[in-house]
Amino acid sequence: MSSPCSLLECGSTDDRHFEMDDYAGKIARWCPGCGDHAILAAVHRLLAIEQLKPEKTVFVSGIGCSSRFPHYVETYGFHGIHGRALPIATGVKLARPDLDVFVTMGDGDCTSIGAGHWIHAIRYNIDMTVLLLDNNIYGLTKKQTSPTTPQGFKTNTQTKGSFLPPLNPLQTTLGVTNASFVAQTADWMPSHLAATLQAAKAHKGFSFVRILQRCPVFTPDIFAAAIKDPQVTDVLSHPDGIQDANTDKIYKSQVFHNPGDIHEARRLAEGDRVRVGLFFRDESFPRYEELRQVTKRTPEEKMAFINAELDRHAV
Amino acid sequence: MSPNSQQDQVSSLSSKTAASVHTLPEHIFEIVSDSGEGAQKCGQSFGAVSAKMGNGAWTVEIIPAEIQPPPRSPGGASGVRIRIGTEKITNWGNQTKLVIAFNEQVLLARHRQGAIADDATILLEEMWESHQDPKVREQWAEALVELSSKNYHIVKVPMEVECLKIVDNPRKGKNMFALGLMSWIYMRDVEKVKAQIAMQFRHKSQDVYERNVRLLEAGMTWAAEHMSFQINVPCLEVTEDLVVMNGNTALAMGAVVAGLELCSMYPITPATSVSHYLSEIYDDLGGIVHQAEDEIAAIGVAIGASFAGKVAFTVTSGPGMALKTEFIGLAVMTETPLVIVDVQRGGPSTGLPTKVEQSDLLSTLYGMPGDSPKVIMAPSTLEECFHCMVTARRIAEAFRMVVVVLTDANLATGVQPFVRPVLDAGWHAPEIDLSPLPEGSRPMDWDLETGLSPRIVPGQKGGEFTATGLAHDQNSCVTYDPAMNQLSSEMRSRKLAVLQSTLSPPHICGPDSNDLLLIGWGSTRGAIEEAAAIARAKGLGVSSVNLTFLSPMEPGITEIFKRFKQVMAIEINYSDDPNAPYINEENRRRGQLTTLLRAITLVDVDCWTRVLGQPLSPGDIVDVIEKKLSAEVKA
Repeated sequence: MSSPCSLLECGSTDDRHFEMDDYAGKIARWCPGCGDHAILAAVHRLLAIEQLKPEKTVFVSGIGCSSRFPHYVETYGFHGIHGRALPIATGVKLARPDLDVFVTMGDGDCTSIGAGHWIHAIRYNIDMTVLLLDNNIYGLTKKQTSPTTPQGFKTNTQTKGSFLPPLNPLQTTLGVTNASFVAQTADWMPSHLAATLQAAKAHKGFSFVRILQRCPVFTPDIFAAAIKDPQVTDVLSHPDGIQDANTDKIYKSQVFHNPGDIHEARRLAEGDRVRVGLFFRDESFPRYEELRQVTKRTPEEKMAFINAELDRHAV
Repeated sequence: MSPNSQQDQVSSLSSKTAASVHTLPEHIFEIVSDSGEGAQKCGQSFGAVSAKMGNGAWTVEIIPAEIQPPPRSPGGASGVRIRIGTEKITNWGNQTKLVIAFNEQVLLARHRQGAIADDATILLEEMWESHQDPKVREQWAEALVELSSKNYHIVKVPMEVECLKIVDNPRKGKNMFALGLMSWIYMRDVEKVKAQIAMQFRHKSQDVYERNVRLLEAGMTWAAEHMSFQINVPCLEVTEDLVVMNGNTALAMGAVVAGLELCSMYPITPATSVSHYLSEIYDDLGGIVHQAEDEIAAIGVAIGASFAGKVAFTVTSGPGMALKTEFIGLAVMTETPLVIVDVQRGGPSTGLPTKVEQSDLLSTLYGMPGDSPKVIMAPSTLEECFHCMVTARRIAEAFRMVVVVLTDANLATGVQPFVRPVLDAGWHAPEIDLSPLPEGSRPMDWDLETGLSPRIVPGQKGGEFTATGLAHDQNSCVTYDPAMNQLSSEMRSRKLAVLQSTLSPPHICGPDSNDLLLIGWGSTRGAIEEAAAIARAKGLGVSSVNLTFLSPMEPGITEIFKRFKQVMAIEINYSDDPNAPYINEENRRRGQLTTLLRAITLVDVDCWTRVLGQPLSPGDIVDVIEKKLSAEVKA
């Protein structure tokens, strides 16, 4: 709809070089030990690796601990309302396909109050990088059950333990028509996290990355086993998957998985075992912003068109 | 009158001589059928033809809430009222003088609603009288007894029989036969009617067009052979270029010329047809109609698009507005420009989805947590539906505000001729400015006097900021500083006062000072002004005012009120009857504009409001005026 670049930019070469620090926004106010810090660092690193122009990058979020993210990145940002990051991001990308759009959401934000938008955003398959920072709990409002809270885990709203088995965000995403990129990683696997973010950014379409994230205050032990013992985690490996030699050195339990195989992806997403890597990728799926691409018209052309319409309605 | 005597009348009509022509300044008629029999389409075509001939015209749809209500049921009555006149017509008038009914049950619905004048002529499909199902015959007989309480002139018309000569399924053709009846009775220009049919079926084959023309001609022939009268509502020579369309089409065209390029919506009656028309044309014009997954996403997408580019808009009705409130608050807080069209319907809850009401004023203004100043405009005519979109877009952009356009079901579906807009490319939104910003540019750089600040959009080098719904300072940085929250609240509010300073006082229709001032907003304008004019002709001291801006309110209202002995608001929303049990001056709940006016002006504004799901009739308002003024005399 709008021109992808201003005349000023098109006319000159941009020889700026950005370091990680150039993307650092306000001082992050997350608790000490919060997994979000590691994710933020990984994102700063990604932006520097990709040399994304700060003015052409937009971080959109909802409400929650993880949704403070845009404030901590020196790009454009929109800190929205609870559960509604994806509609805002959709609007940004529809109006401005030239912008790089990132979305950060928490598990309550994405899989509970925003679940409807999540399902439909997957189906729209708009080119954006979507990070689900999943700590299995509501943190900002202080320890209420989220859809991904393990069954039996005691919270302030389900004091005798969460009643239901948790929702599996990977399975859910993989079940939606047009899901085109589904990966999982963890805040305590910095090298794998970085490689996953890079793959997600490179994907043309809706890249959904669930990042297992520690909350040292409310869910300190939920991922303890996986953090202590690398054997507990399966790393999905494949030449088309997430390639990271550092991860391979530590994580010996590897599962060979072709990310083109949706059925195997769904099977691997099941169960209690922690699995990280690229579950599924297919760039052949239609992208909504491409389907909806329109040819720009000048005001004069539009006036002429409406004049013709008025002729049809003329007395 | 018994059914038997009506029989006599039919026979006398059949052995007619030349029909007499009654020349009248205006006439009201209705066509009603089961849903799906096409009465609405036929009526709207007739209204358009009349306008194109130079008559004043106003149409109001009679809509059942269900898509396919049971056939032959009063609740399923679907149709249209058409009021044509020599002069401009601004409302649907009082009672109808002529009805074409496809069965006696839908006719009963209109009869029971008091919509039909005592001396009206009714053209009634006669097939049900001798129907093979005895129950249908019984219903027919009972209906005719009920109808005999009035002095209607019932003319039985063999619509089914006549249509079967041309088509296999008269359900899909009767409306064109009826259009023929009407065209003959009202002496319409046949070529214009045929042109209208051609436009209506422009996506269909020539065969379809020709079959419909044959039905039209059959209707005209039958009427010529059997009707004893014709009605001539003289047309004035058309001196101005006029166009004729409904309010939702006008809004959609207005959105295009305003340069709005993204309409993000979710289907809801009666707003959806704005997006139907837009969907037909928008792609070719570089625009997108995005049908979101729900009402909340619809506004979220519009806000995201507005944040990153040109002003976007969303279209909805009451229940959708309720769902959008949190996002509206976000747009207010982040000062993201946005246009919202709310085509009001009956409420609360699902209410009367297809019917008119003006009940969203206070919820739009106050219906959300926190202070969220926003602009509210209400077009009162179809012409204003067209032009208001340009105004709304400009205000949203210049003031970085949410602008809500409140129309209603009456404007949405009503068809009326209006002065053809002379389009101006200057109405169109400018391209967004993506030039780099100087160091120190602030996203909320409020002018401390006006609250206004330039908008920064993504893509502008040096402007990087994060919009947030949290309390923030001029840099859009989150802050819990008490003084900053006070200041930012002031800044967002100040803009309304600044906008008000650019508005003119409302126009007073009638003398500048008088015994009684009627005040209204939106689509009731025509009925109120006509009623006041009738009352003035009777020697009563009545003037009227219509408000286009409700927030901020147009200036000078308190001063105007001082020049009138009494002020009364007329609205289509709920208020307590002052004489009802338990109701007193203190606990009486008044109309929505009324409540606002009392708060703003401290004047004891009275109100008369109705929630009948239909437009107001001038006759009813004249009664209200007479009662109000005679009560004053007694006092």
